[in-house]
Amino acid sequence: MALLQISEPGQSPQPHQRKYAVGIDLGTTNSLVATVRSGSADILPDEQGRNLLPSVVHYETEGVSCVGYEAAGHNSSDPLNTLTSIKRLMGRGIGDIKRLGNSLPYDFAADDGGMPKIKTAHGPVSPIQVSAEILRKLAGRAELAFEGMLDGAVITVPAYFDEAQRQATKDAATLAGIKVLRLLNEPTAAAIAYGLDAEENEDTSAQRLIAVYDLGGGTFDISILRLSKGVFEVLATGGDSALGGDDLDHAIANWLCSELGMTHDLDPVEQRVLLETAKCAKEELTESDKVELDILDAKLVLTKDQLHELVDSLIDQTLSACKRAIRDAGVKINQIEEVVLVGGSTRMPRVGQKVAELFDRQPKCSLDPDLVVAMGAAKQAEVLIGNKSADDMLLLDVIPLSLGIETMGGLTEKLIHRNTTIPVAKAQEFTTFKDGQTAMSIHVVQGDRELVSDCRSLARFELRGIPPMVAGSAKIQVSYQVDADGLLNVSARELSSGVESSIEVKPSYGLTDNEITQMLQDSFSHARDDMRLRALREQQVEADRMLEDLRAAIDKDGESLLDTTELKCLQVALDELQVLRESCDDHRQLANQIESIGKSSEDFAARRMDVSIKQALAGLSLDEALDK
Amino acid sequence: MSIAKNFFEIFSLPASWEIDHSVLDKKFRTLQLTFHPDRYANKNDFEKRLAVQTASTINQAYETLSSPLLRAQYLLKLEGFDADQESHITSDGQFLMQQMVLREALSDVKDCANPKDALVSLSIEAQQAAAKIQADFAQYFNTKEYNQAFDALAKMQFACKFVSDISSLEAELEEL
Repeated sequence: MALLQISEPGQSPQPHQRKYAVGIDLGTTNSLVATVRSGSADILPDEQGRNLLPSVVHYETEGVSCVGYEAAGHNSSDPLNTLTSIKRLMGRGIGDIKRLGNSLPYDFAADDGGMPKIKTAHGPVSPIQVSAEILRKLAGRAELAFEGMLDGAVITVPAYFDEAQRQATKDAATLAGIKVLRLLNEPTAAAIAYGLDAEENEDTSAQRLIAVYDLGGGTFDISILRLSKGVFEVLATGGDSALGGDDLDHAIANWLCSELGMTHDLDPVEQRVLLETAKCAKEELTESDKVELDILDAKLVLTKDQLHELVDSLIDQTLSACKRAIRDAGVKINQIEEVVLVGGSTRMPRVGQKVAELFDRQPKCSLDPDLVVAMGAAKQAEVLIGNKSADDMLLLDVIPLSLGIETMGGLTEKLIHRNTTIPVAKAQEFTTFKDGQTAMSIHVVQGDRELVSDCRSLARFELRGIPPMVAGSAKIQVSYQVDADGLLNVSARELSSGVESSIEVKPSYGLTDNEITQMLQDSFSHARDDMRLRALREQQVEADRMLEDLRAAIDKDGESLLDTTELKCLQVALDELQVLRESCDDHRQLANQIESIGKSSEDFAARRMDVSIKQALAGLSLDEALDK
Repeated sequence: MSIAKNFFEIFSLPASWEIDHSVLDKKFRTLQLTFHPDRYANKNDFEKRLAVQTASTINQAYETLSSPLLRAQYLLKLEGFDADQESHITSDGQFLMQQMVLREALSDVKDCANPKDALVSLSIEAQQAAAKIQADFAQYFNTKEYNQAFDALAKMQFACKFVSDISSLEAELEEL
């Protein structure tokens, strides 16, 4: 067991030095927030002691009237203004929503960008705004518990979320005023919560393969992980970001509908009644073999066998995804030593039974499947915020869907294949199609299909100013960089002239930076002053970090890696930054100085990286020598 | 970036075809434990960006050295034979004939009485063929007969494509 630390008398760490970080599970049906206290991950409940927050927001004319349980109370009486399952719409375009069919009983208003907005009594709202309301409510729980400000959060997303859905989630957090430490994949969070890396593992070099099967309200994920002590390495992930418990409910509701002989278009109230009945029937049947239903003045009986007939094809879809992920991971199904069930929908016995059949072993579900993701996220948040030493945990995650570029004929050329470990950077050269062509349109897509029209369009941008040349002789290098959150940056460069163009990919259905800034300003009562103070505070923190990092680096490596002039220049620049940090109240001026020091010290940083790579491996060979 | 000198050097390994995967795996994890962006969560933005680049390079190096095809390609690139730049088609008639027979067998699989079994035996055959080509590559590369090694690499690309086509069909059959 780790020894507890006690500090020297009179030198106890200042209370403000401990930072407050949480893990947030932003779910389709329910959301949660958790934090690490005294070493264990706890869910932060509301004032009534309830762990879950239903992901429901109710709007009235003046704006949001309530979020959570209270909002859910308006479900049947005011369906059009009670927004549920909003996660299914994150990062989606109007076209996607039509494909989801009548499962979402809302009125949509298309905006100019193709991002769907839902018509409410308050006016049209975007899914990102609705999610921000849920996040704000959860942050409120945390601030109540901490009696102070929240310093950062790890927010979980389905592993199978594409770039647009991830970016939408991050935007929602920004809108809610939450600093995102990391977007973490839900199955990976579950594996952390279970502490599966350390379990029954006396031999520290042993590796284990596990599968995490995560069926939530609206999404399905399967991840295959390789674990060795402290390292969670995702080998492959698969799933369906539009398949979940909701769909099981819809299958039952459709059956109810046909049993009742309802052939007309259902009104929103009828839809909600059918869905509520379906949900209850599904839950009742976990315990009993048949259930009697009173619905719209009729009586119906649903047996367990009938239920299975209704849902089996949906569950089978998840099993196909499991098989594909196992194949992508390059392993055999019988090598998987543990299967973990996560997500509220795995409470349905039929799901566990079918998963057990596929993997030929009893799945593990000892932690509450509703809470486990938030708990894992809290653990990682604690490491990332710096409260806990990071030495004993590392997550290596992958991108779920290939990233490509449109080439002639509407075909996709993949630059980064699905299940590549992130962060990752790839570059490829393309050329011009016509003589004298001076501009090139770059269309960034995500998906595994050959035709661009079958993939998701992420962004389009143009590289202009290519010197006129014969077709096929220009060399345009397109570079993709995916960061540890799974978010993409694309740049393009004409190699002979050096003309450059780059874009931080903002999905076609997301918010622009200006929209976010505008919304943030609207949400503050003293908008401008608050914004300025906040920006200044952020730059001051960044300046402190830079001063601390670079001074430490100079102490350690300054003499060996910098010549006298370089050293002198850097020190002068840092002193200037120190003065600005103390005296200046213009965040832009501070940001400029930080930017210029960052640029001028890039070489130094790269040299230090080189040295530390050698040191890291030198330490390893020593260990190996000692092992022998 | 300066660390991108050579993927083998990143792991302090000699640039050779033979590779001890357990050592490579261990070194990969050690490097990521030091350079993963999560380790830089509290550093300034420039160090964070550098960590993303460094970790990306380490990931790419690991992917390249882990895969026989990518490793072979990379080794020859270091010797000045760039498969990305010049395409080469083998003129080994016997090899091409064997590939045609395998391709035909693959397209007939669906019509077999038991497609899954047929695919399993075809998969074994394909993997044996791939292993043979890899052994050829190793021999030519180690004796610095780079032109022949380059020819073996072209065959390796054929064989890899075939193995991946088998796996796609396997997926298709499973979903029926």
